[in-house]
Amino acid sequence: MGVLDSKVPEGPLAEKWTKHKNDINLVNPANKRNIDIIVVGTGLAGGSAAATLAELGYNVKTFCYQDSPRRAHSIAAQGGINAAKNYQGDGDSPYRLFYDTIKGGDYRSREANVYRLAQESVNIIDQCVAQGVPFAREYGGLLDNRSFGGVLVSRTFYAKGQTGQQLLLGAYSAMNRQINRGKIKSMNRHEMMDLVLVDGKARGIIARDLVSGEIQRHSAHAVVLATGGYGNVFFLSTNAMGSNVMAAWRAHKRGAFMANPCFTQIHPTCIPVSGEHQSKLTLMSESLRNDGRIWVPKRKEDAIAIREGKLKPTQLAEEERDYYLERRYPAFGNLVPRDVASRAAKERCDAGFGVNKTGEAVYLDFSAAIKRYGKEKALTSGMKGADEATLIKLGEEIIEAKYGNLFQMYEKIVDENPYKTPMMIYPAVHYTMGGLWVDYNLQTTIPGCYAAGEANFSDHGANRLGASALMQGLADGYFVLPYTIGDYLSDDIRTGPISTDSPEFEAAEKDVRDRMEKLMSGKGEHSVDYYHKRLGKIMWNKCGMSRNEKELKEAIAEISELRKDFWENVKIPGDSNAKNQELEKAGRVADFLELGELFAKDALTRNESCGGHFREEYQTPEGEALRDDKNFKFVSAWEYKGEPKDAKLHKETLKYENIELKTRSYK
Amino acid sequence: MKLNLKIWRQKDANSKGKMVEYTLDGVEGDMSFLEMLDILNEELITKGEEPVEFDHDCREGICGTCSLQINGEPHGPDRLVTTCQLHMRKFNDGDTIVIEPFRAKAFPVIKDLIVDRSSFDRIQQAGGFISVNTSGNTVDANAIPIDKHDADAAMDAATCIGCGACVAACKNASAMLFTSAKVSQFALLPQGQVEATDRVQNMVRQMDLEGFGNCTNTGACEVECPKGISLENIARMNREYLAANIKG
Repeated sequence: MGVLDSKVPEGPLAEKWTKHKNDINLVNPANKRNIDIIVVGTGLAGGSAAATLAELGYNVKTFCYQDSPRRAHSIAAQGGINAAKNYQGDGDSPYRLFYDTIKGGDYRSREANVYRLAQESVNIIDQCVAQGVPFAREYGGLLDNRSFGGVLVSRTFYAKGQTGQQLLLGAYSAMNRQINRGKIKSMNRHEMMDLVLVDGKARGIIARDLVSGEIQRHSAHAVVLATGGYGNVFFLSTNAMGSNVMAAWRAHKRGAFMANPCFTQIHPTCIPVSGEHQSKLTLMSESLRNDGRIWVPKRKEDAIAIREGKLKPTQLAEEERDYYLERRYPAFGNLVPRDVASRAAKERCDAGFGVNKTGEAVYLDFSAAIKRYGKEKALTSGMKGADEATLIKLGEEIIEAKYGNLFQMYEKIVDENPYKTPMMIYPAVHYTMGGLWVDYNLQTTIPGCYAAGEANFSDHGANRLGASALMQGLADGYFVLPYTIGDYLSDDIRTGPISTDSPEFEAAEKDVRDRMEKLMSGKGEHSVDYYHKRLGKIMWNKCGMSRNEKELKEAIAEISELRKDFWENVKIPGDSNAKNQELEKAGRVADFLELGELFAKDALTRNESCGGHFREEYQTPEGEALRDDKNFKFVSAWEYKGEPKDAKLHKETLKYENIELKTRSYK
Repeated sequence: MKLNLKIWRQKDANSKGKMVEYTLDGVEGDMSFLEMLDILNEELITKGEEPVEFDHDCREGICGTCSLQINGEPHGPDRLVTTCQLHMRKFNDGDTIVIEPFRAKAFPVIKDLIVDRSSFDRIQQAGGFISVNTSGNTVDANAIPIDKHDADAAMDAATCIGCGACVAACKNASAMLFTSAKVSQFALLPQGQVEATDRVQNMVRQMDLEGFGNCTNTGACEVECPKGISLENIARMNREYLAANIKG
């Protein structure tokens, strides 16, 4: 086990969390008033953690680079949030949610953490409804559910296609209540530049005011990082433009281990890339796979004709279409997990069946659903013998009510009407399962430094199921971290305020200033974006949906070379003592250039295929992922040792006491 | 296509700003408006000039970060979209495009096209919440059935992204549409009833303190709102406000 102690409590799986909460130390309310906590990031995990911590009585300072906590990228989550409520009476339970999540993650996540997540999922829905989150309801006034990939029950709660927005606004409103009470100080347009350790404990951060450029010191008794994932290492992803790894990477360089960096989720249903100018990719929610059928033409010549604009998809008859997910995975069909759906799309496009100019797109078709809904609506409205046009109109209305905002977004971007012609979609980088290594208490390998939400690695293994990110963010923030952190802080009740006037803060601030000065001194002619795009190309081509030893080695060499060039030559106009968006980007890209190399190294070390990590050398004759539980049933946790190539691997062996390891099958 | 751009440049909050003209070639219809500005910035950086700063983040129309007054309209000529989802196919070769920050006393300029919208946060902090502890020890989510029409109407109000287009569109720089959307969301739900009186009074008070103007029912906010927030919300807030004041 070495230095990694997961601190999973003893006892039966279903009782671990309750027992742990009973056993850990508490801080009394009067003492909480003397303890300061910094929360970096204000998405679902950070926002909810800040609100609960403040409500418990701690003094909280939040930091976000956005102009308001409400704009964190959780807001863009579309489809829904899972919870084992079993409102549909379809046999759901916390155990089933736990089982689906472990299996969906291809047996690379920690049992105890995932079980706790499934248990807490139930409270999340109650909490959010009490806060006024307007979830979708049925006509009887009760909550509605839909299905997501990789499961056989309906456990996903949703608010149109804007579930993330509504949940984040809920967490933001809980924060606002505490800001109004003076218990949260919200530092917006501020970016964490470094973590400060005093006597080996996290005791504060160095931040930059992004408006004035001022470098500031902020101290606290503990620091929570809820800064999201690092999908933007690929340049093109569904993440927000500003999403970055800086806070997590700074912590990594100060001693926090980075776990499973190569576990990245490539989401199957995104709007395809349209050209070189593209700055980001847009997701079309997985919920669309409830009603959309994915296909490409059966004959290659039809695909070519479509690419050349000589044939329209609607002209192809049913038997001329290859619904390849339904063909390959009859049990789950279009609702296979994301990693499986993405690879299947890539396989068809690589084989020459792609349907847009670039050959990298497949169809997501709603015509069958429109007809089905139309018929149902006609029957329930007492319209007998309605004609085809009426049925289609009725069906389109139902589809609009369910997914209207997504269809509108698609039409604005692609300039085609998805009610009349199938959507074109292609996989894109969406989420990172890897992140800072944390124990059961969500503490990193630095005492007093915690990681929550997408920023940690703990719950999704090698592949995350749809509608589980929101669940994890809120479970970590509202219901887990505020309690586990008390166990650590109970030792700090006599510490008193942490001074920022110490050699440690001094040194950390100097590091930040030196780094910025070095960035500003670049003598070359290329902008930050130039380097970011080049990094993204290397990552997508060599560390993307499928990987092999040769290309991973090339990626490592190329990224290392690019990083050297960047530090010598990147061109940043303007001043470091003022608002400077290029400088902000440069700091973030500098860290991506290190993380990217560690990512490739991690992928190279993992000689198996599991979840989103597909190594071409390890596959079955049918092209399915070939996992190696004998040799790789562990979490890779990387310790920083200077350059990424020198990072040291620590292994946390995963124990499965309640679930039998099986080959994942959705056939 | 080739475009003539007239863009507001302002060094910081205390400096005087001015319109600066740029010509940009090679713009394609599939580009978003912000990608067009990316290209302009890339050219400026190559020339050694400072790029035009503008707010943006998710670039999929939901975070509410992007703004811009484009040819006099918040988020430009298209309807029901934010600037990041506005595509250049809405413009023609040779067009002149005037790009300014959102203008309002309560939205001071920070730099170039970036404005400070923290006044919106303060309105929310004054009462845009339900005072329920986040312990999870609440009643079961299905304990209180909610009429689907009310739930849907609450959702429609809740989709406001807080971008500030309503304020920028209004000749009085009024924030009534924004504030009323939040008030409406809670007013339509049983969970929001308990604190309804204080909420509407506190939020309206803060709105006035921030220096937003009054509503004269021109309806420009509704037309320009990228999320289609309805004027009905303002009517509902006025009713709530009146009822609260009668109640005292």
